[in-house]
Amino acid sequence: MSQSHIIPLTEGLPGQTIRIHHLTLEGTMRRRLLDLGFVPGSDVTVLQRSPLGDPVAFRVIHTTIALRKEESSQIYGELIGSEKNETTT
Amino acid sequence: MKPLPSTHTHPRSLKQHKKSDDATFRIALAGNPNTGKSTLFNALTGLRQHTGNWPGKTVIHAEGTYSYNGNSYTVIDLPGTYSLFSNSADEEVARDCIIYEKPDVTVVVLDATAMERNMNLALQVLEMADRVVLCINLIDEAKKKGIHINEKRLSKQLGVPVVKTSARNREGLSHLQKVIKEMAYGKINTNPYRIRYSDELEEKISAIEETVLSTFGDRLPSRWVALRLLDGDQSLIDSLQHRIELRRKEVGAHGTDEPLYPVEA
Repeated sequence: MSQSHIIPLTEGLPGQTIRIHHLTLEGTMRRRLLDLGFVPGSDVTVLQRSPLGDPVAFRVIHTTIALRKEESSQIYGELIGSEKNETTT
Repeated sequence: MKPLPSTHTHPRSLKQHKKSDDATFRIALAGNPNTGKSTLFNALTGLRQHTGNWPGKTVIHAEGTYSYNGNSYTVIDLPGTYSLFSNSADEEVARDCIIYEKPDVTVVVLDATAMERNMNLALQVLEMADRVVLCINLIDEAKKKGIHINEKRLSKQLGVPVVKTSARNREGLSHLQKVIKEMAYGKINTNPYRIRYSDELEEKISAIEETVLSTFGDRLPSRWVALRLLDGDQSLIDSLQHRIELRRKEVGAHGTDEPLYPVEA
């Protein structure tokens, strides 16, 4: 697949699903996010933004996790769809 | 990736053949948050404490006991974590228990409905200990969702026993207790799945592992410690240094000259 559609998670809109391509974070925070399921190949669905726009709730491997822009802007992936063709659990 | 043969033997596993019929064993429960770990703990020990659902519920580990076929078992309920790479105090507690206290059996509790997420921690524990049982809990929920888990195949691939339970309904508990007993007595041979890394990495791991072995003997899982050192895990480095210092003080005070090893803090 072409890599031209790689966007940071921060650009995802509620309902959209992004397949993680890579993370630019390093160290403990990188490890932490990998442990939470933000691994390359994982599908992340943008759930909702908090009133002030940050943090944003994401669904990854059946769990909801909220991330601040600081972290989500360093997780990149490819937009693979929006809610219409996704079944939410 | 091929599983590596077990690279170290625990001193306890040698002793196990001498375990008497009424020995007491220590069992640790590890697992992700919300896998029903505390429910399993309560079902096993008959305690009614701390069932609730909020993060950090089990920070200081809780202990309870049960008897099975004439043996007494102390169960340690570790905090629920997604990892043991010490991003938090919870993870440090769980990690330290597994590597320093070396329970007779470590039970990893997994949520049958979220196996993918739960395997991260399970694979980490398999790299840290030899006597591990995977307990796939919430099997009733999985059935409702149409999820079927082939525990025999899983067990074969991961090299440790896999038991399915529904702690809430006391389903599978006696089977779990039986497997724990057999493992505690050293009657079950395990070959925990260990990730084999690239040749370059493996070379470095071996080199560090040698130093780890000469410093700590086989009291610590040397391959796992080597991996963590290679990864620059500062929390583990601090914890090891702390234990070395404690040991030095003890040696100074009592004049023994046993080989250096970490002692309980």
